[in-house]
Amino acid sequence: MTFRRYLVLAVVAVTAPLGDTLLSLGMKRVGPVSLDHLSSLIYAIATPQILLGIALLICFFASYLASLSWADLTFVLPATSIGNVIVALLAKFWLNEQISPGRWIGIFLITAGVGFVTQGPSYTETCKETDTERPLHNAEVQQL
Amino acid sequence: MNALFNGQGLADAAMIAAIVISATIGDVLLAAAMRGIGDLDEIRARSGMGGAIAAVLGNARFVSGVFFMALSFFSLLFALSHADLSLIAPAATSLTFVTNAVAAKIFLKENVDRRRWIAALFVCAGVALMSL
Repeated sequence: MTFRRYLVLAVVAVTAPLGDTLLSLGMKRVGPVSLDHLSSLIYAIATPQILLGIALLICFFASYLASLSWADLTFVLPATSIGNVIVALLAKFWLNEQISPGRWIGIFLITAGVGFVTQGPSYTETCKETDTERPLHNAEVQQL
Repeated sequence: MNALFNGQGLADAAMIAAIVISATIGDVLLAAAMRGIGDLDEIRARSGMGGAIAAVLGNARFVSGVFFMALSFFSLLFALSHADLSLIAPAATSLTFVTNAVAAKIFLKENVDRRRWIAALFVCAGVALMSL
């Protein structure tokens, strides 16, 4: 893992929760959408918050795809969940929101989970299609 | 307890299930597509940004993955307009960590070792607690 790849993971981590938050702000403005009027979901896209949220989610998607090309799904998802912690800490120190004890425990658990997964390998090496499809375990990779 | 079994509880569960299932299918298809395509940095170095974009957009698994991600996105928008963000977002996000770990092990043959299971469960619980 190079510094540049950690940077891509950081973009995945930050843009996803920020984009989701903007979407929720936008949908609060739009109000309830009825099953009979699903087309109003299309018009909801014109809301500024939703538009900005979508722009952030496009950045998220591009960096997410890049990261999946060199790391496992089960590495990328927990590793980038640190974004939730960043947003919570931003809310506390920037917006002066209160963080309950339960949230602090949540922040600790996510940080511990990110620590666990980033200590291990980021990618499961697999044999080429001409060989068997079985993934190689770490010990076998080291032997090679 | 009754809240779980009344109409609103079931509707919430159905909306969360729709988001989780479509997001998991989308994630697995996208990961399978990107694994098949290979390292995007190498492809970009070899055939430029246009080549990398063409390699991604021309992949059938990628297109199917985007379809399911879009389904998940509109399910999320629909759910957010009916239920609170504090219920839908953490429930859907945390459950997706676990379903993705199971699906990645079964379909992508990823080496989901004890470390990754613990990470998935910690993050799942952490995201749920963050909503309190």
